[in-house]
Amino acid sequence: MLDFVQQLVSGVALGCVYGLIALGFVLVYKATEVVNFAQGDLMMLGGFFAFTFIGMLGLNYWLGFAGAVAAMALFGMLAERLVVRPILGYPQFSIIMATIGLGFFLRSVSGMIWGTDDFKIDTPFSQGVVRIGSLVLADDKLSVIAATIILCTLLYLFFNKTTLGTAMRASSENMLAAYYMGIPVKRVVSIVWAISAAVAGCAGVLLAPITFVHSNVGLVLGLKAFPAAVLGGFGSIPGAVVGGVLIGVIESMAGFYLAEGWKDVAPYVVLLAVLLLKPEGLFGLHIRKKV
Amino acid sequence: MRFLFKTDYEDDIRLFPHSGYFVSYGILFALLLTAPYVLSSYLMSQLVFVCIYATVGVALLILTGFTGQASLGHAAFLAIGAYTAAYLQQFDVPFPVYFLAAGLLTGVVGALVGFPALRLQGIYLVIATISFAFIVEEILARWESVTHGNEGMRVKTLYLFGTAVSRDSPAFYFLCLAVLVLTIVGALNLLRSPTGRAFVAIRDSETAARSMGINVSLYKVKSFAISAAITGLAGCLFAHKLSFISPEMFTLQLSIEFIIVILIGGTFSLHGAVLGAIFIVMIDPFLTYLKDDMPGLIAGMAATMGAGSERAAHIQDSVAAFASLNGLKGAIYGIIIVLFVLFEPLGLYGRWLKIKLYFQLFPLYKRATFKRQKIYVKSERNR
Repeated sequence: MLDFVQQLVSGVALGCVYGLIALGFVLVYKATEVVNFAQGDLMMLGGFFAFTFIGMLGLNYWLGFAGAVAAMALFGMLAERLVVRPILGYPQFSIIMATIGLGFFLRSVSGMIWGTDDFKIDTPFSQGVVRIGSLVLADDKLSVIAATIILCTLLYLFFNKTTLGTAMRASSENMLAAYYMGIPVKRVVSIVWAISAAVAGCAGVLLAPITFVHSNVGLVLGLKAFPAAVLGGFGSIPGAVVGGVLIGVIESMAGFYLAEGWKDVAPYVVLLAVLLLKPEGLFGLHIRKKV
Repeated sequence: MRFLFKTDYEDDIRLFPHSGYFVSYGILFALLLTAPYVLSSYLMSQLVFVCIYATVGVALLILTGFTGQASLGHAAFLAIGAYTAAYLQQFDVPFPVYFLAAGLLTGVVGALVGFPALRLQGIYLVIATISFAFIVEEILARWESVTHGNEGMRVKTLYLFGTAVSRDSPAFYFLCLAVLVLTIVGALNLLRSPTGRAFVAIRDSETAARSMGINVSLYKVKSFAISAAITGLAGCLFAHKLSFISPEMFTLQLSIEFIIVILIGGTFSLHGAVLGAIFIVMIDPFLTYLKDDMPGLIAGMAATMGAGSERAAHIQDSVAAFASLNGLKGAIYGIIIVLFVLFEPLGLYGRWLKIKLYFQLFPLYKRATFKRQKIYVKSERNR
């Protein structure tokens, strides 16, 4: 029983990691219907920024954290301006390819700049553990869970309660109509990319003690976060986190109870099953087809 | 400029619309036939890869370009074809049999993947095919009694009609070329048949296709099966060319490479598959060439422009250091993809058509002829 609970908790912690990256996917998709395949690589870049600020320049952890997130927000706007804006309004396929290209580019360039070793950042959460009864929880995992919950709540409120959030939802539904209603669509898209990259930056910094920082971390985690976003129904913010947690729990349970090899495959098997039964994901809206 | 006068449908769907086609394709064919006796063995080997990649490109074009179903799982189909060939070869099955079996089995798997894909659109389909590819990769690594797991499998020399065809011989190149040409001709015939028309109708609007009486599910599954089967055939040749296969060769990276093939070549015509394959395969030798010769070249240029010999040597060193950086290939890949999506969405074949039209219409060519239309009313979620 204790094994089960321990597996469950570590699965939830792992799942929050996926959920945190999936949040970035969902944000961009929700606001612009663009699927950003470079999200994992943005996360990796955030980790490297934090490593530069904290590990190389010797800044305070929280200062470095804030600096990395701010730098990522700027970088997100830059990427949007250079790569996404010129092809806004073209078929999804081209945009997916462009972001795949961006991912390739970021991976190799960061490998060139920072090298291909694993880097570690010293954080206030690196050492401590919390004990509840005989359960042992590491601080770094708890910090990820807390950050996921906070970010998810904030973003959910932002999208549903603020004017800017409403503008984002409007421009995702129909850019032209939103533009006629006086929404500066280009600026909205740019802000969405900034937020999404900042969320990715947060994820990168928080994951640094768990996964270390290296140039391929984004590819590995991004590919796991992607099913998480799909499982939750691509356009839903709470869905992304729930999907992430599901994937994380499935992965850690499969790793513990099933034969070797199932750990990596189980999330995808579940994903295919869900897509078969409910193609729009668990929390996705089912919209009627129109001619 | 030549004007084609078409009086009936047969004229419109002709494979060779006018005699000029015979001349240009005849010359191309003659060049391809003499290639083994002219080119170096390294370039020949690359040419074989061009044939294999182009075959996969044609398969992917049928599915993605003409039926509109994106797939990032074609490496898995290639793997199934390759492993079927390698497995059957152990039992002394003759080449034609296991070649066709590879295609058949992959086609069946493709149809099975097509069924779940029926309900999926756009990004959901992409992620479903990625998941499928991951599962296949893991099965290949774990099903050790058949695939030998991560140790991989050796593929023996190919025997065709009792003679050994080594993987570097001109005969193997001719085999790959024949498969490619037959695939292209088959695909061309398919695309001008009612089935091909149905594919294009589904790509352009599923709802409209359905209301015209097209059985959308049936044709989508057909498209998946055909595309997978061709990829399986290519997989068999791929296995022979490499002579050793293991699961980590058939990763997502390879699937992405195949998508890049058709993206760079152009997704609206079969020419795109061949041009894209040439581009993707030849980028490696080109980069090696740059790495070896660029530093000297740039230093030479600097020297002629008045830099001292010490300065030139310094430039040569720094360029060489840059060229041998680890991730340079990935970065160049990324830049190429982004640039093509942004500035040449119709691909290399689109560029060729533009150049051709420029000279045909000179001086009346307008850039707007090829302009893509932007659709700001997002419909992909509601489609």
